[in-house]
Amino acid sequence: MTDVIEVQGLTKRYRDIIAVDDVSFTIEKDTIYGLLGRNGAGKTTVMSILTAQNFASSGDIRIFGEKPYENARVLSRMCFVRESQKYPDDAKPVHAFRSARLFFPHWDEAFAQRLISDFQLPQNRRIKKLSRGQLSAVGVIIGLASRAEITFFDEPYLGLDAVARQIFYDRLLEDYSEHPRTVILSSHLIDEVANLIERVLVIDRGRILLDETTDAVRDRACTIVGDADAVDRFISGREVIHRESLGRTTSVTVLGRLGADDRARLAALGLDAAPVSLQQLIVRLTQHAAFDTPDVHATIEEVVR
Amino acid sequence: MIEEGRALFLQIAEGVEDSIIDGSLAEEAQAPSTNELAAFFRINPATAAKGVNMLVDKGVLYKRRGIGMFVAPGARGMLLAERRTAFADRFVEPLLAEARKLGLGPDDLSRLILEHAGTHAEPATTEGASR
Repeated sequence: MTDVIEVQGLTKRYRDIIAVDDVSFTIEKDTIYGLLGRNGAGKTTVMSILTAQNFASSGDIRIFGEKPYENARVLSRMCFVRESQKYPDDAKPVHAFRSARLFFPHWDEAFAQRLISDFQLPQNRRIKKLSRGQLSAVGVIIGLASRAEITFFDEPYLGLDAVARQIFYDRLLEDYSEHPRTVILSSHLIDEVANLIERVLVIDRGRILLDETTDAVRDRACTIVGDADAVDRFISGREVIHRESLGRTTSVTVLGRLGADDRARLAALGLDAAPVSLQQLIVRLTQHAAFDTPDVHATIEEVVR
Repeated sequence: MIEEGRALFLQIAEGVEDSIIDGSLAEEAQAPSTNELAAFFRINPATAAKGVNMLVDKGVLYKRRGIGMFVAPGARGMLLAERRTAFADRFVEPLLAEARKLGLGPDDLSRLILEHAGTHAEPATTEGASR
């Protein structure tokens, strides 16, 4: 696999805050990534630095093997759909689409028109007067119809209702099938995008917590439920990331895959094992990291690997 | 349709296998393409491709260049044999565990099974079992 993005030791400091802390990762060509993490984890900062809209404090970034700053060759191959994109005061969607058509060499006008009618977007109303959902639709349409080789969607769905989000997911998958390209999707609606993304990058407090294929992550944790004593016997020596109790019943989420031996032991102890969704796992991992010592990061990375 | 916590490509592969087992996808018939599976299950095409490739490696599907994937001859028999081997682990063991919890013995279970099988209008033998 070719890497279209290579990041080495990226750090971003804002005065005394470290937003991105010595991060290294690569992004493979023609793959849909989920860039996940809590608010303020550093997702938007990373994306804006990769698209040369922000400067790194230190570190090396290569996009298609080149540095992105003031590099038109690289920038015209990338599209960044921001959560809060600003447009000129009297601009209308039709103007935004016209500029996008000029800028992006692979722009597909027919596809854009189809998306405009899918999202029922009033093209000739001033963007200032659009609803939050319609504003998001403008960004989504530009992101999809630009067919840029690397497209970043930063929380593109704000204000979009469930139907409109499904249209976005469906059109993204359809168009990606026909025109494979690299997509980096940042989202809080993890369950909604879990089946769309091939790889997961979890950022927590400026560091990469998880960099894995989605399939590999799916069975990396499970929840053990049953009698408190029996649960304690089973989980001894395992990495516990969450615990809840209701009377005598305890529910504990542990990292690690269950083997046949584990299953037999669970049955013998009268315990149940429930799967953990990607969203639950990420909530547990990032919650865990929030009130534990920093070296927990290392433990989690080891166990998850 | 898709459950949490289990690798998606396995679930996709199982879905195709189910269609072959119940006969809706006949041997030598064209299997759904990776993109069709991706669109139907609303999943990443790479994941669907992984499921399809697994079925190719297993000999359930085979590729005709430039046309697509087809169900291999003998695939149904192979899958039936495989599923029957896994049947005890997947269904009988959990059944016994729940029965134990409720104080039901194997005899009670077999009586229940016979009773319930009798309430269905159709005869309890499947065409597969006579093979």
